[in-house]
Amino acid sequence: MTPRTTTSLLIKGGYLIDPAARVDAPMDVLLRDGRVADVAPPHRIKGADETFDARGLIVAPGFIDLHVHLREPGQTHKETIITGTTAAASGGFTSVCTMPNTVPVVDSAEWVEWLRRPERGAVVNVFPIAAATHNSKGKSLSDFRALQRAGALAVTDDGRPILEDGIMREALVLGGELNFPVVQHAEDTRMTEGCSMHAGALSYRLGLRGMTAAAEASIVERDVLLAMQIPNARLHVAHVSTADALKGVRRGKRAKARVTCEVTPHHFTLTDEDIRDYDSNFKMNPPLRSASDLEAILVALADGTVDAIATDHAPHAAHEKQVEFERAAFGITGLETALALAITRLHREKRIPLARVVELFTAGPARCFDLRGRGSLGRGFYADVTLFDPGKKWTFEAAKSVSKSKNTPFDGSQLTGKVVATIVGGRVVYPA
Amino acid sequence: MKLTNPARGSLLGIEHLDAAEILKILKFARRMNPEKPRPILKGRRVFLLFYEPSTRTRSSFEIAAKSLGAHTVLIQAAGSSIEKGESLLDTGYTLRAVGAEVIVIRHPNAGAPHVMAQHIDVPVVNAGDGLHEHPSQALLDAYTIWRTKKNFKGLQVAIIGDIFHSRVARSACHLLTKLGAKVLLCGPPELVPEVATTLTPGLRITRHIEEALRGADVIMLLRVQRERLAGLKINLPEYIARYQMTMSRLRAARKDAIVMHPGPIIRGLELTSEVADCPQSQILHEVKSGVPTRMAILARALGKLR
Repeated sequence: MTPRTTTSLLIKGGYLIDPAARVDAPMDVLLRDGRVADVAPPHRIKGADETFDARGLIVAPGFIDLHVHLREPGQTHKETIITGTTAAASGGFTSVCTMPNTVPVVDSAEWVEWLRRPERGAVVNVFPIAAATHNSKGKSLSDFRALQRAGALAVTDDGRPILEDGIMREALVLGGELNFPVVQHAEDTRMTEGCSMHAGALSYRLGLRGMTAAAEASIVERDVLLAMQIPNARLHVAHVSTADALKGVRRGKRAKARVTCEVTPHHFTLTDEDIRDYDSNFKMNPPLRSASDLEAILVALADGTVDAIATDHAPHAAHEKQVEFERAAFGITGLETALALAITRLHREKRIPLARVVELFTAGPARCFDLRGRGSLGRGFYADVTLFDPGKKWTFEAAKSVSKSKNTPFDGSQLTGKVVATIVGGRVVYPA
Repeated sequence: MKLTNPARGSLLGIEHLDAAEILKILKFARRMNPEKPRPILKGRRVFLLFYEPSTRTRSSFEIAAKSLGAHTVLIQAAGSSIEKGESLLDTGYTLRAVGAEVIVIRHPNAGAPHVMAQHIDVPVVNAGDGLHEHPSQALLDAYTIWRTKKNFKGLQVAIIGDIFHSRVARSACHLLTKLGAKVLLCGPPELVPEVATTLTPGLRITRHIEEALRGADVIMLLRVQRERLAGLKINLPEYIARYQMTMSRLRAARKDAIVMHPGPIIRGLELTSEVADCPQSQILHEVKSGVPTRMAILARALGKLR
């Protein structure tokens, strides 16, 4: 794949939706030297070296995914930075935040720097999130200052919760001092041992142990209380999946604590009733929840309680998924289906305005982790652009996915909305 | 490679069987007599893949297969390559390559038979998967009830004991409600949670054994594990006082009520010896019913159910 470098590229004839800049109109966008040089109504901008015909397309700031497992270092049988970012590009993501639960865990400045080097071959921008505690064991905080200086955007023990009150408090205090978000995978693991799905009528019917909504909500409630007490603390709740957890998030926001949260596309699309035939492509953590949880998520996406859509892209090799449901690894891929699921389910079905959908992929995530110069297309901002056709009908086929792993519940799904081009730093990275 | 449908003849659970199919199996079972072998499956290869211990289920599937003229092979997890870490699917592919035409599988994880059936092109018969289902047990219990009570519609059935952890109870609830029986679940909340009534329409819960037994035609007792009671902090003598099946409690049921238990029974825990051995007890008849019922299941697996 040879990136096409141009000095200036004019994206012409498209319809710009840039919620951070409050633009929702036909606009042409001029990119130069990796930055946005100009944004103007049609036909005003002249004299660009190259033109991209964006007629019929929505032009948006490059999408940002706050929660991706790129599986490097150490788990390259599942995904690599190259394959994962290629999948990101085809899903319209120009920036991804990579999770630290790798082998080894990314809990040092050295590994943060390693991830950011161009030798990794990333096709889009990669921003590491580092481990909050040493080896993510939850016992002692990692060196937040060093991690932040090395380029980590936030800390998390994702995969596991930061469980102990004392440690979470310390993390939020230090994070508050450094203006550094703490990302929580909210699961009270003392309550979820041996569980492989949501606790409810379905788990009883399937004979599987289930994780209760309380196991998520109780951690969110505790964390929000801490965030409300600790000055400047920044709490970001990863992959919220329950109505009760959303209540906690709302409480924190109402109290003006710096609480943000993200929701995955599978949590606004599927419920536990969608699990069929013990197919572990429907197994992830947090699990698919009840219909009332999904309804609460849809409301929260529309009313601003949810700040971002994040995929929690979690590739696993076939031999790790095609086993007994209880023994299968938790997680599904998501980079290539995120936009289409958002358009199909949120916009077309639930009538959430397209601008709000775009905000959830752009301004919202940028704000959560202070991605300056991204999430919007003002003059001087990075030339990261996503172009998509909101009406294009297509069928997602897992076999054709460019991720190394094909663990998805959406194989064969008929979707509406497709990325047509992805531009990173002024270069078209998708199509390759 | 994933198949679109499990192989025909598979029996993964009662949940997706309809009443007509269930009755077809029972009627075929009635024509089966293990004393008079019929070579319906002569020379066919039935593999028994048991990841968990079993006395009744395993031996009755084996006798059933042999009574139909089939060859049987038993693979137990202990002493097989499963101990070396061979995966479920690889085990399935291997058995198919060795020549299995039916795989009867008992496994500690719910859904293991389903995963196997989705990938291996051989009929899979579920002999018990974790907490999920035990379809052949439900069918042989149905067969036992059918032979004594003749009719399911309107029958009052009480199921007493650790329902939450019982695959037998789940399968029985599906089967009995499909055939029109009224099912009452009985036990403490830790063993019989409210969610148990959501399994199928028509299930009710009572915490009082007297209520469960009043007017019952069929009493199904379930094993209760001492360790489990201890783990749930349920006082054993209290449990026995409230839920043990005794002869005096049996008198609250109909005079012709039958007592059933999938086994193994623990005398002195969920039932007294007198109840286990009384004339109303069908416990050994159930075991006997297991063979013709499983003959029908195996015949069905290989397309011979007419």
